Amino acid sequence: MAVSVDPIDGTAMKAQFPLLSREVHGKPIVYLDSAATSQKPIAVLDAMDDYYRTINSNVHRGVYMIAEEATNRMEIARALVRDFIGARSSSEIIFTKNATEALNLVAQGWGRANLVAGDVVVLSHMEHHANIVPWHMLVAEIGIELRWIPLDSEGRLDLTELDTLLNGAKVLSVTAMSNVLGTMNPVRTLTDAARKAGAISIIDGCQSVPHSATNVQELGADFVAFSGHKMCGPTGIGVLYGREELLEAMPPFLGGGEMIRDVRLDGFTTNDLPWKFEAGTPPIAEIIGLGAAVEWLNGVGMDNIRAHEIALTEYTISTLHGRFGDRIRIHGPSSPAERGGVFSFDFDGLHPHDISQVLDQHAVCVRAGHHCAKPLMKLLGIGATARASVYVYNDTTDIDALADALDATGAFFTL
Amino acid sequence: MPGLEDLYREIILDHYRNPRNRGELETPPALRVEGFNPLCGDEIVLYLDFDANGGVADIRISGQGCSISQSSASMMSAAVKGKSVAEIDELTRAFKAMMSIHENTLEGAETAEPIDAPDVKLGDLEALRGVVKFPVRIKCATLAWNTLAQGIEEASA
Repeated sequence: MAVSVDPIDGTAMKAQFPLLSREVHGKPIVYLDSAATSQKPIAVLDAMDDYYRTINSNVHRGVYMIAEEATNRMEIARALVRDFIGARSSSEIIFTKNATEALNLVAQGWGRANLVAGDVVVLSHMEHHANIVPWHMLVAEIGIELRWIPLDSEGRLDLTELDTLLNGAKVLSVTAMSNVLGTMNPVRTLTDAARKAGAISIIDGCQSVPHSATNVQELGADFVAFSGHKMCGPTGIGVLYGREELLEAMPPFLGGGEMIRDVRLDGFTTNDLPWKFEAGTPPIAEIIGLGAAVEWLNGVGMDNIRAHEIALTEYTISTLHGRFGDRIRIHGPSSPAERGGVFSFDFDGLHPHDISQVLDQHAVCVRAGHHCAKPLMKLLGIGATARASVYVYNDTTDIDALADALDATGAFFTL
Repeated sequence: MPGLEDLYREIILDHYRNPRNRGELETPPALRVEGFNPLCGDEIVLYLDFDANGGVADIRISGQGCSISQSSASMMSAAVKGKSVAEIDELTRAFKAMMSIHENTLEGAETAEPIDAPDVKLGDLEALRGVVKFPVRIKCATLAWNTLAQGIEEASA
């Protein structure tokens, strides 16, 4: 197998992330849990700090200077996000608390207005709970029917029956990349099939948007949800992209300030997009932080990040298989081109909790558990996995540290 | 800093590798009760045969989980088998007191004793004392006990 060239220098990259210079249990931290949340570069921390220190004020209200500055900074961030994902207009960028809220906004906003008993929503077996439970809630409330796209033996979507599954469906809602298997799904194929069947398509972009260039128009999706904290931005900020025409026709989600044009004793009229869906004072510092994260990612280059992660994925798979052979099983597609840098694994028959506990003693941070994807765990016939996941600041030294720590884990439990 | 040897005592690893009372009992007459740890996906299934007075005459365990939850379940089964409701209640309170006493202090506090713990010999279960130094693992250790309490409550309802 040809070894891919990594365009990113790990040491220089790590220096931009203050947390990565700390120690855990007296050892330098090895952070391999970016699928849960990413670390934050200085540029993002500074942008948020600067907001609070110099222009902290409420947005879209005050006519004084710092309030205008805050409003401008927030709307610049929206424009940055718009361009980052190739949306046509800032009206299509709705800020939410997180991706979970974004998916709930679609299910509760579009779903309740457009779905009736018996309508079909198609999901897949690899969805995160955030793209399952909002639809279960509509099953209970409205009586919609859920259908599930199955997986093949390597953890890819099995699309052989896709047209049948979509027949008569109103919604297709799937992830662009599995947070457990790392599988990158053929989003355009899925959205094309949905459109042909007369269904809207919703894409959970939590794991894909931070790691590869995204153009929502090329994806052909009606809605795309993702979170800020997985892409070097702060927690507390998510994004819902929605096609303007659909957002215009939707009823509001939460009611309150900011989302209204007029309120009378006998009713209200809604504000323009995107504010129609942003009730209350928004997370201003977080929005500005997300804008800074987008600028920072643009500076690195999303294509460089993807190339870096392909190279690191090759290294990770070959290192772990090379050192541990049959003792380790990495879930998901074996080809680095078909997957992102998320590695769920079984090791030595040990429980993930026990693995991550010993890894922690070696300052290696991995996730252990069901990764909010219990239906997928059930399908895989396991209760949980350990999961290492990489991002722009990881390099081969992190993977070597993981392998060394796994070695020690195996030795500890066989004593 | 608490070390791994505080958590993974030899007796815990022994119960993990050689779990006691593993299996199932016929239902009915046995009661089947499930417990879940939503954090990690661990699940435990207890099969309980009760005697005429509500005590646990026999017990079997199935399900899957980490070494702490599995060994805790194994030790629990050995400790409660053949015991009366009152004895089990005392054991449960003593065990939970051992598990929760440090919950708010997180690290250290090794000398603190449970305030209202019954004066019961915990035997092997004492080995789990080190778990309190690893707060996220406390739920693993208490899963079997909470599931048992649920089963006893269901049986007496």
